[in-house]
Amino acid sequence: MLRRRLNQLFGGDEKRVDSRTIYVGHHPCPATEAFIPPKFCDNRIVSSKYTIWNFLPKNLFEQFRRIANFYFLIIFLVQVIVDTPTSPVTSGLPLFFVITVTAIKQGYEDWLRHKADNEVNKYPVIVLEDGRSIRKESEKIKVGDIVEVVEDETFPCDLILLQSSRDDDTCFVTTASLDGESNHKTHYTVPDTEKDLQSLNATIECEQPQPDLYKFVGRMHIYKTEQEPAVRSLGPENLLLKGATLKNTKKIYGVALYTGMETKMALNYQGKSQKRSAVEKSINAFLLVYLCILISKAVVCTTLKYVWQSQDGQDEPWYNQKTQKEKETYVYLKMFTDFLSFMVLFNFIIPVSMYVTVEMQKFLGSFFITWDKDFFDPEIQEGALVNTSDLNEELGQVEYVFTDKTGTLTQNNMEFIECCIDGFQYKNTDSMSELDGFCVTDGPVNKLQQKAGRDKEELFLRALCLCHTVQVKEAGPDEIDSDQVDGQLGDLSRPDEQRGFIASSPDEVALVKGAMQHGFTFLGLENKAMKIRNRQNDLEVYDLLHVLNFDPVRRRMSVIVRTKSGETLLFCKGADSSIFPRVRPDEVDRIRMHVERNATEGYRTLCVAYKQLSPEEYAVADAGLRDARLALQDREEKLMAVYNQVETSMSLIGATAVEDRLQEEAAETMEALQGAGMKVWVLTGDKMETAKSTCYACRLFQRGTELLELTVRTLEDGGRKREERLLELLVDYHKKAVQDAPPVKVGVTRSWSTATQEYGFIIDGATLSLVMNPSPDANPSRYKSLFLQICQNCTAVLCCRMAPLQKAQIVKMVKNSKGSPITLSIGDGANDVSMILEAHVGIGIKGKEGRQAVRNSDYAIPKLKHLKKLLLAHGHLYYVRIAHLVQYFFYKNLCFILPQFLYQFFCGYSQQPLYDAAYLTMYNICFTSMPILAYSLLEQHIAIEILLDNATLYREIAKNAMLKWGPFLYWTVLGIFQGLLFFFGVRYLFSNPALQDNGQVFGNWSYGTIVFTVLVFTVTLKLALDTRHWTWINHFVIWGSLAFYVFFSFFWGGIIWPFLKQQRLYFVFANMLSSVSAWLVIILLILLSLLPDILLVVFRKPRGPHARQKKKCQSSAGDRQSSRSSIRPLLMRTFSDESNTVI
Amino acid sequence: MASSYSAKEEDGHRAGAPGPGGNANRGKKPDNTAFKQQRLPAWQPILTAGTVLPAFFIIGLIFIPIGIGLFVTSNNIKEFEIDYTGTDLSSPCFNCSQSYNWNSSMPCRCTLPFSLEQPFESNVFMYYGLSNFYQNHRRYVKSRDDSQLNGDLSSLKDPSKECEPYRTNENKPIAPCGAIANSMFNDTLELFYLDPNGTRTQIPLMKKGIAWWTDKHVKFRNPGGSNANLTAVFQVTTKPVNWRKPVYELDSDPENNGFINEDFIVWMRTAALPTFRKLYRIIQKKNNMTPTLPRGNYTLEVTYNYPVRSFEGRKRVILSTISWMGGKNPFLGIAYITVGSVCFFLGVVLLFIHHKYGNRNNSSDIPN
Repeated sequence: MLRRRLNQLFGGDEKRVDSRTIYVGHHPCPATEAFIPPKFCDNRIVSSKYTIWNFLPKNLFEQFRRIANFYFLIIFLVQVIVDTPTSPVTSGLPLFFVITVTAIKQGYEDWLRHKADNEVNKYPVIVLEDGRSIRKESEKIKVGDIVEVVEDETFPCDLILLQSSRDDDTCFVTTASLDGESNHKTHYTVPDTEKDLQSLNATIECEQPQPDLYKFVGRMHIYKTEQEPAVRSLGPENLLLKGATLKNTKKIYGVALYTGMETKMALNYQGKSQKRSAVEKSINAFLLVYLCILISKAVVCTTLKYVWQSQDGQDEPWYNQKTQKEKETYVYLKMFTDFLSFMVLFNFIIPVSMYVTVEMQKFLGSFFITWDKDFFDPEIQEGALVNTSDLNEELGQVEYVFTDKTGTLTQNNMEFIECCIDGFQYKNTDSMSELDGFCVTDGPVNKLQQKAGRDKEELFLRALCLCHTVQVKEAGPDEIDSDQVDGQLGDLSRPDEQRGFIASSPDEVALVKGAMQHGFTFLGLENKAMKIRNRQNDLEVYDLLHVLNFDPVRRRMSVIVRTKSGETLLFCKGADSSIFPRVRPDEVDRIRMHVERNATEGYRTLCVAYKQLSPEEYAVADAGLRDARLALQDREEKLMAVYNQVETSMSLIGATAVEDRLQEEAAETMEALQGAGMKVWVLTGDKMETAKSTCYACRLFQRGTELLELTVRTLEDGGRKREERLLELLVDYHKKAVQDAPPVKVGVTRSWSTATQEYGFIIDGATLSLVMNPSPDANPSRYKSLFLQICQNCTAVLCCRMAPLQKAQIVKMVKNSKGSPITLSIGDGANDVSMILEAHVGIGIKGKEGRQAVRNSDYAIPKLKHLKKLLLAHGHLYYVRIAHLVQYFFYKNLCFILPQFLYQFFCGYSQQPLYDAAYLTMYNICFTSMPILAYSLLEQHIAIEILLDNATLYREIAKNAMLKWGPFLYWTVLGIFQGLLFFFGVRYLFSNPALQDNGQVFGNWSYGTIVFTVLVFTVTLKLALDTRHWTWINHFVIWGSLAFYVFFSFFWGGIIWPFLKQQRLYFVFANMLSSVSAWLVIILLILLSLLPDILLVVFRKPRGPHARQKKKCQSSAGDRQSSRSSIRPLLMRTFSDESNTVI
Repeated sequence: MASSYSAKEEDGHRAGAPGPGGNANRGKKPDNTAFKQQRLPAWQPILTAGTVLPAFFIIGLIFIPIGIGLFVTSNNIKEFEIDYTGTDLSSPCFNCSQSYNWNSSMPCRCTLPFSLEQPFESNVFMYYGLSNFYQNHRRYVKSRDDSQLNGDLSSLKDPSKECEPYRTNENKPIAPCGAIANSMFNDTLELFYLDPNGTRTQIPLMKKGIAWWTDKHVKFRNPGGSNANLTAVFQVTTKPVNWRKPVYELDSDPENNGFINEDFIVWMRTAALPTFRKLYRIIQKKNNMTPTLPRGNYTLEVTYNYPVRSFEGRKRVILSTISWMGGKNPFLGIAYITVGSVCFFLGVVLLFIHHKYGNRNNSSDIPN
């Protein structure tokens, strides 16, 4: 936090200079006379945090910045400075242990980072200097150096491509290690640079380093003798990023632009914001309560001490005189140190070890996710990935699931289904048989290429062939690796089409392949010329003039090409909503029908339009585009403006429909999530109709679901002002869904509460922005709250036409709504990153749209279907484990410290500890820590299969149920009860301290040891009672801990320890065991302390897991109650029968 | 911590990064071991009325007899207690308690007559009891030097700082140092039996066997070995301020003198509560024919040295027999009977519930 703020501070300084100037090859440029070599950082990548020298201070500083560690440090210091009852060792040792272990761990990680850094920094590179190639270590590269990179090498820093060994001045790059996209990306040299790099005299002006991998603006000034300096624009296509790998190109030369920690790669790894789980918040709340208990205990004791001392003869009886120093101490200072002493005495109530155990539990626990073979996907050969272990338990608390559609609910494996040209429908002749049943009402079936005019057809197919950014996979000599390339590789079934296409979006590949099936084959892009083979097997060549890139805001892309005959054509394809307004309206209607019908079928539709540009028009557009591309500031906006200007008054030629199949088990997963009480919201950029049909297919909407639609269309129905209509609809829906709905009973399962009407809600991006930012005269909070209330009462919500930021906005709105529900976002693409980062838990799918989502997620899974197990089984178990861990820790320390507190009333409030220092120290470290750790890693109170089968079980722990104040109170009361019992049980035993059969008496250390023995056994056995899943590890650890305690006590009391000042426990334990009374009281107290817990378990109605397990058990016993079971509701029966078969 | 920056991965080097749960196993199918798949064979006990019910009855059936046994045993223990603080005017020790002076060379003596209604059959243990005496006060508890008491010569000459303000006196180290030793109980108690015929016989009191064996033989040792001349060894030290005689004159028996004096050791084991008793003497049973302390009249002769009035304390003498469970204490017996009955009662209640509603609860542990 602090660091980030500092960064911002310093970053702010840096940003004032918003561009940097680089002298290529360090040649002084003629324009500026005074050549001051600018200072940039060197090319050292420093990911390590520490050096040998600063490790100790820096690491300690970092560790003590944590509140808990700092608290313990303070306690330790108080113990050192003030005369306190317990030696500083008691709190110093655990603290030292924790700090050391953490330091060793961090030191080891840092050492690994050092090693990795060195590997990178010492990597040899070739730098051109004064015409010679010089081998250098990578870290010595300076900004402005000209660097040579050969094939299959990674770029040592961010470079501007100056020269390539390829003829067409391009090079291919794969950014697999940066964003996971394994396709080859084409990068271009700066046009018109001289071939002789030595004589190149140029400066580059570019923006300061910034982390966006896909954005770059710069300008290159090339100075030639006696000429005006030429200016070239630089964009991301000229920039080679550090970390990317050169492919298919022998070698390139580039000038170092950003080095070391300023490379985009390094900037991208500055860590993410910390997400905190709800459990952690609960812990903090409980801590506060315990801190209050601690302080009030100390205050009570201090007060009573002074009240007691004010009586005659109590403060300083003759047998117990104060030291000179004590007498001289000022009374108020004395009071204060007394208070501190009590704090120290009771400080064990907030244990250091809890933090350690919680951390360990999370760290180790997360391995079970990565180890789970159910998450392993044979297709991509990967399992689940855990990026943070802090949120394991949050997986069990999810209330809202926000899912992306494309690639998440659907496979993002596109297949060209049909197209529509000029209003006539063309079905894909080669498509699978499953489409046979598909009924086409308004177009000729299978007699294609006849209805529309041949010209139109070919124009349409050419458009499909040209308007894209697909690359053809080059059949290089190393063709063997063709199947290693990801799914975009072409369908290999037909030998003549053994052509791989690589594109950033699978839609494009599907379209190009679709065109291929209709006879137009895209052969590739060479030298800015696109080659296609038409139906007559003739080669057509088009000059690619401009690509107007796709972006999610415009939702379309265009190309401008010039035909051989000199015509300049613009082809544009995009979403219907973005195309229709830009074409002649009369063409729209014919196509719209098809588009809408296709959309309802669940296909992804794109409209294709074209426009012939007159030379004048082209000249204007060309100039505009070039200008915009050269702009250093606001280039995006300027480009956008030009794009919008160019893409107007086109004519619509057709539309395409591409099918995106549902993910495996998408419907089952969604149903399970809903059954678990989660509200599923689909947030997609797709069209409403497509999204809706996907929702139906996923069973998010069902036949009976009443859909409440709030889209641009419904808003325009009334023919009035949108805002009025919006409010009206909102109020109307609100009435329907919220007010008229019967009060929602928590825990009512959707599946068997058929009586209530279910609602589904649909909203689109435009309307959403209207809801979020209504005109100022309206009441913005009213809109929002109405909207939220409606959404919360619907079983499923579909938000379509969402921009990435809007997705995050929605997540944020729900996250901050009343009750602050736990949200989960799942997505696979770059457009989901914002919502993944925004939600409490972000899940990335290792899909086809690169690795960005995975990189920014907290957990990554290969397939959507894995979400079910991740939440229902892992999440549930983690939550139960950690919740129990937290409660147990507070409980066990409460009943540990309470007797010590009570003892103060019997020892003149003198801060005399009840237990020996060794016991105080070891209690949390050794005697009671391992069983709970084992429990919190292994417990399965309900078997995983049952959790998966009965999604409703998830509701039992919803809303942080196990860490609410109720359970906390229960544990606290239990702790107090046991603490009282331990203390007073032994107190009454000690009313006659002659407990041995030889008449000898026990002293205060025996008292403490008896209490402590009861305590350790009770606390451990309490955990044993709670354990529902006894593996050998649990047995080993629980019985082992008890045995260790006994062994340790013997050992500790069996020797006169030379380093101890006082041999307090010498033979105390052994003597205790020789006393029958001590045995009897220990047994009695343990039993009595556990009694309420046993009773509670028995008296509690067998419900939930137990009931179900019982039924299962009965039926598996093949019992006499079959008659009874038939009366049970049908669904219940299927459940128990199912779980029956599982086990 | 999981989000820690790891350079390896970014730079495209495939070697596993150290991140937890991390990237190490990319591209590797997870092992199908029972542990990793959370499928370790497990015993899954479920507590139900069916399992707990017998336990309640068993506990009840075991505890109640034990409780009764304990109660009876405790009741059979004979205990006689006499307070000789002397706060009342009528008390024989009133004068002694009033005119108390540490330095008076003449010890104040007082005699308390008492009579035992019942004979004490077996060995009788004689305790002295103090009330409102905070032996468990922190300042007091820590005011000792165990290495000095263990015979360490350097500690003898230079006692621990913990002993302040009872560490040195007149520039000589105090042995034994500290508040505990300094305040050692120094009343002398003697017991006389008054025969019905009027003769007064002193009852022999054993002063050995009153301290823990390990304390006497290991934890406490005289400096300079067992056979050394204690007077010489303690020459460099001075006696505790409140003691009348130095530590090497506690007893004439060399086995019970110096630091290994059992009265001293007993005193040094600090009591747990402000009201406590400590074993003083043992009256051994002579033979099987006569009770150790027959019924009749006795007198307790007290050499009243120990002042308690300043802190409102009380002093008692307790005569008690001992059973296998120690001294008289009805608490354990009552507690066992109570808990046993409660368990039994709960068992009955549970059985009732079980019978009435609970046919579904009859399953026990589920083996897996």
